[in-house]
Amino acid sequence: MDLRDTPDEARFRAELRDWLAASLPDGLRGHRGGAARFEGEAVREWSRALYEAGYAGLTWPKEYGGGGCPYSYQAIFLEEMARAEAPHHLGVIGLGMAGPTIIAHGSEAQKARHLSRILSADEIWCQGFSEPGAGSDLSAVRTSARLEADRFVVDGQKVWSSFAHIADWCLLLTRSDPGSERHAGLTYLIVDMRSPGVEVRPLRQMTGEAEFNEIFFSAVEVPVENVLGEVGGGWQVAMTTLLHERGTLGFALTAALEVAVRKLIELAQDRGATATQRDAIAREWIELQGLRFTAYRSLSALMKTGVPGPEGSILKLQWSEANQRLGKLALELLAQDAQLLADNAPYGGYWQHHQLRSRGNTIEAGTSEILRNIVAERVLGLPRSR
Amino acid sequence: MDFAFTPEQDELRSQARSFLAAHPEPSWAELAGLGWTGVSVPEELGGAGLGFLEEAVLVEEMGRALTHAPFWSTVAVVLPALPPELQAQVAAGEASWTLALGPLVPDLDTATRIAVVGGDSIWELDGAGREMLQTNDATRPLGVVTGGSAGRRLAGSELLPRMRTRSRAALALEACGVGARALELAVAYAKEREQFGRPIGVYQAISHPLATTYMELELARSLALWAAWCIAVDDPQAGLAAAAAKAQCAEAAVAACERSIQAHGGIGFTWEHVLHRLYKRALWIQSWDASGAQLRSEVAARLLDGEGE
Repeated sequence: MDLRDTPDEARFRAELRDWLAASLPDGLRGHRGGAARFEGEAVREWSRALYEAGYAGLTWPKEYGGGGCPYSYQAIFLEEMARAEAPHHLGVIGLGMAGPTIIAHGSEAQKARHLSRILSADEIWCQGFSEPGAGSDLSAVRTSARLEADRFVVDGQKVWSSFAHIADWCLLLTRSDPGSERHAGLTYLIVDMRSPGVEVRPLRQMTGEAEFNEIFFSAVEVPVENVLGEVGGGWQVAMTTLLHERGTLGFALTAALEVAVRKLIELAQDRGATATQRDAIAREWIELQGLRFTAYRSLSALMKTGVPGPEGSILKLQWSEANQRLGKLALELLAQDAQLLADNAPYGGYWQHHQLRSRGNTIEAGTSEILRNIVAERVLGLPRSR
Repeated sequence: MDFAFTPEQDELRSQARSFLAAHPEPSWAELAGLGWTGVSVPEELGGAGLGFLEEAVLVEEMGRALTHAPFWSTVAVVLPALPPELQAQVAAGEASWTLALGPLVPDLDTATRIAVVGGDSIWELDGAGREMLQTNDATRPLGVVTGGSAGRRLAGSELLPRMRTRSRAALALEACGVGARALELAVAYAKEREQFGRPIGVYQAISHPLATTYMELELARSLALWAAWCIAVDDPQAGLAAAAAKAQCAEAAVAACERSIQAHGGIGFTWEHVLHRLYKRALWIQSWDASGAQLRSEVAARLLDGEGE
């Protein structure tokens, strides 16, 4: 056991830190995330800069243009990016989900067509999994894909798709066998978002901004060579995507929480805190360390086995609840100033946005209830509740 | 970065688990025979020359087994204050120790020697009377010492913060062992106990609190292992890590026991079931040295006022 960076990891961290200090434009430092991720060309240019410096796809195999690095490098990358308050590569879905799924299940033609363009931010991806009638229960998808000669014809509706309004491609889970039920009869397609019949409508959320979208598919034609994996084998491919979503996600979340806890401590120093509030702040800091070191333990296991375990669910579960508590604590410290917004608010409205946005944390990427089911059934081995 | 135990440490854990399950009240000589009392004592003094991570493994397992022996008092608390020849006695199984820091002294029924703080030094207390008190946790009794006089000088009292850090980290690790066992018992029961024609583990009112318990215990254990590693490598953050770990692990273990008692229904409330004994150890750990609120106030002072940097 050694919680310090190895010499190689330390060198990588130092180089990255220097590069970030030198390369991150001032206008992007302290980037708030949220819908601002999509605005203007600045983030796309920044994504290209990350790619050119070799920081996109760190853990992808070298043969596909990745860094071929161990997972610990990705963890260091996420930590340092958060500490510099740098925006993420615009292609987070491509890098974290589409790429790894194509590497695992894709044809040579699909790999050649997409992988390098994902890294360079020339292709932005979105995910078409959830539907109005299939939220937590993903196997209830009804978006249909009908095979006609050399193409599938897709009809249906997806929802909660981040980036869809700027995406070039979509990872789409469809039902290709109309008589099938649940996990059988699903096919995973790669869909060109510029195909006729694709319509994207932004969803305005309680923060007032739109990060998510609805996507409508009306007789959208998708060539059969765009099937990812086997026809009818969509469920297994979708599970690969979700596994990668949770792989090093813990680090991205923990690193972001670390920044928020630091800001909370500054807020308490600026405005003062009661004994009760100091106790709560200490608790949040302690729980953050618990989260950080659990992510390290999970990473050590991942590096030994190569497969993220279901216990990774606890990182997201804990983070989402901690992030919500943090926002509420900050608003309590702000007292009535918490009612002010944006330019009228202290710190430019950072905490007001944080608090409202955090309500989505226990819903997106697996609700807390679903994650507790996963822990109960797959980690503790309790009988299935459904 | 490697946050995992070595195969040798894993082997030590499985050896400890099977031995301690069969020997709830091992003699000091038995523990010495296994090489555990001198696990961190240098080889030239008859020890194994290993470190706090191995001690951490043993302490966590002793918490799980509710071992009734002065291992925590001797190895986690007093050992750093002992001169070499007395460390050799501990390794050989000839002496065990406890520290009389306040009026209540732990392990006074089993520890053979007593250390006491006086002025700027830590001394051996000679010729003191011992009186055991009625206490909640039968596996870690408390007593009071009467009379006696300062005997041999053991060390300077500047060692006390280090001893406190080790004590806190070890108690945090014990709490992890206690909590893990309470959770395992609840999970096993929820799989086999049937009501309304189904195992009660299918009901989310049962399974979700257990999932929450798993999450809390894993996060707490990460803190305890961080503290243990800090102590093992003499990291400057050891004191802070141990305070954080003790606060969080004690709380997680108490909650794990309470949720496990609830999941068991009536049987969990009986004297015959082991749960109340796990619960009483968790409460002991929570109350000893400093409460969660006190520890968090130490942490807050460091975070907000820059104290103890």
